[in-house]
Amino acid sequence: MSFTSHIRPTLVTLGVFTVLFGGVYPLTVTGITSLAFADKAQGSLIKDGDTVVGSRLIGQNFTKPEYLWGRLSATAEAPYNAAASSGSNYGVNNPALHEAAAARKTALGIDGPVPVDIITASGSGLDPHISPASAEIQVARIAAARAVPAATVRAAIDAATEGPTLGIFGEARVNVLEVNLRLDGKL
Amino acid sequence: MMLGVTPSGWLQLGFYMCVLTALAVPLGGYIARVLSGERTTMSFLLGPVERAFLNLSQSRPSEDMTWKQYAGAVIAFSLGGFLLLFGLLLAQGVLPLNPQGLPGLTPDLAFNTAVSFVTNTNWQSYGGEMTLSYFSQMVGLTMQNFVSAAVGIAVLAVLMRSLSRQSTDKLGNFWTDLVRINLYILLPLALIVAVILGSQGVIQTFSAYITAQTIEGGQQTLALGPVASQEAIKMLGTNGGGFFNTNSAHPFENPTPFSNFVELISILILPAALCFTFGKMVGDKRQGVAIFAAMTLVFVPMTVACIALEQSGNPHLIAAGADSAINMEGKETRFGIANSALWATATTAASNGSVNAMHDSFTPLGGMIPMILMKFGEVIYGGAGSGLYGMLVFVILTVFIAGLMVGRTPEYLGKKIGGYEIKMASIAVLFPCALVLICTAVAVLSPLGQAGIYNPGAQGFSEVLYAFTSAANNNGSAFAGLGANNPFYNSLLGLCMLFGRFFVLLPVLAIAGSLAAKQTVPASAGTLPTHTPLFVAILIGVIVLVGVLTYAPALALGPVIEHLIMIKG
Repeated sequence: MSFTSHIRPTLVTLGVFTVLFGGVYPLTVTGITSLAFADKAQGSLIKDGDTVVGSRLIGQNFTKPEYLWGRLSATAEAPYNAAASSGSNYGVNNPALHEAAAARKTALGIDGPVPVDIITASGSGLDPHISPASAEIQVARIAAARAVPAATVRAAIDAATEGPTLGIFGEARVNVLEVNLRLDGKL
Repeated sequence: MMLGVTPSGWLQLGFYMCVLTALAVPLGGYIARVLSGERTTMSFLLGPVERAFLNLSQSRPSEDMTWKQYAGAVIAFSLGGFLLLFGLLLAQGVLPLNPQGLPGLTPDLAFNTAVSFVTNTNWQSYGGEMTLSYFSQMVGLTMQNFVSAAVGIAVLAVLMRSLSRQSTDKLGNFWTDLVRINLYILLPLALIVAVILGSQGVIQTFSAYITAQTIEGGQQTLALGPVASQEAIKMLGTNGGGFFNTNSAHPFENPTPFSNFVELISILILPAALCFTFGKMVGDKRQGVAIFAAMTLVFVPMTVACIALEQSGNPHLIAAGADSAINMEGKETRFGIANSALWATATTAASNGSVNAMHDSFTPLGGMIPMILMKFGEVIYGGAGSGLYGMLVFVILTVFIAGLMVGRTPEYLGKKIGGYEIKMASIAVLFPCALVLICTAVAVLSPLGQAGIYNPGAQGFSEVLYAFTSAANNNGSAFAGLGANNPFYNSLLGLCMLFGRFFVLLPVLAIAGSLAAKQTVPASAGTLPTHTPLFVAILIGVIVLVGVLTYAPALALGPVIEHLIMIKG
């Protein structure tokens, strides 16, 4: 069995595996998911009429006072750039981290400490969620900007809040885009 | 420090370990049947495919190879796979399924990425959605995710056979092993996991990127693709190369806490199951349990420490106005601290290398834990196949050291361990260590290497140290601030991955060849039992000792200094 005797099996296995794992397998998964979870397979898109306004799973950048704000996002070009996911990659002692957090604290305009997730950037730069505590501290601002009772804002937040899955997995969280769509009466 | 872990953190870690073990035991038994060539429940479905495959390749499946022939086949197959993927990435611009019109990769990036996937490292110099077409992801990367994992398991199968056979040079047929592992183990598991992930919202589409009109009146382009199929095998095959730049932190790769749990199980399930496969194949289940115990006894404390360190966090965040120091920078809300830290340790204990949080933003000591797990040589569960064969190298060293201490001839499972085995084991253990330290030194001393550093100070050194640790041990995760997509890092890291893979794999095959030729001697009163808590403790001691002696100075210069600066405020 010389080295050249390995050439034919190499070519055949590479060829067949390429067809099987590069073609048949992903297409089978596509077939199953597009039948069983059609909406999710396409990106859990939210539409307003025919217009795609976003994805339930992907955060958007909110800066206006009448909207709930999400995590900081460090994606290139603009925050929440869903064509170029990225974290900040700041180390704990990087002054840029401290400045970004302090600037967000100032922008929130809240006296006293705020939950840590609202002044830090997510890993993906596309985090669709914030903690319930981070939503609560924004209720007064949103209610004032919209001239609605705080209870209206809280109702929208509650409707978009999930606890840990099955009570075990993950953390309690508020879907920021869903809250804002509800506030605008679009969901 | 234990107090730093929340009750929910303890619950999630405990539940994870229970489910992992409960699944690993039966899967390990199934894999043993596949590797022994027995019929399995899948045979009636996949048997004809298997036979057609082997006929086509004119390989005689019953013809066993010697270790040198087996090594030749592994090299031929890996070289062929490298050339195929390298060419495909260079030619991306003219290939189909490229709705964004992404150009071919530069030669250095194509080299790095092809080596990365063929060696089961899956280091990401590429940027996923910004760099690779659907065709490259699917036909190029997904395919290698399967076969590179299968190669690792095949080499492990050879080592296991060498311990259960005697006075032979016949160690199995690579092509038969390769086909059976892919068809009977990886393909069914990947299909199941892909569909579960699809149910959670992991996307699977060939549409071009969609532009959404955002509520505040802007536009947001959503990168899409056939993700679920790739995600499943990326986790199962201890590959870890992401579809997207931010890997499993990206909501389309990992949308829910449950998808996160399934992916976490997928990271460790094969390396954990293979311990039980080992016990079955060498005819003494206690041996497999002992190795699983040694791995778990390193993994769980490291995970608890990592969770506690991230929970106690970064005091600078309080100074910036936060109500706690909990380190949420670079982490996703839905996962929180416990799941991000558990992932960081699982992905580096195994040579997976996927991330669901940004390791560069971990606390210095919290980020040192993934680094240490890689520095142990990826043997705490480790890569698919490669983890256990690496661990068995440490077992051989441990038997030898213990034998020296009590003045007896070292033997393992009835095989006398001689000078040749120890030489090969030393190469397998020390070569990756040397690669890490030498290449880190070269990079931090050269202007080209310094240019890639992102964070100031000691963290910048840690970025370089982490990169070479990850590459030489075939992990693939990163302190991602490091700008590694340039000819300097692409080629140096590429070479590290290549040498790190084959200078462990080939010595392991050589050890297998030597052990198989020996007779199995019956255990006597003088034999050191290798299934006892005592042996497990010595084994852990050897792994930790090698790691600490090799890397303590380097770790002191990076994470330890960064930690001292952090607590000084």
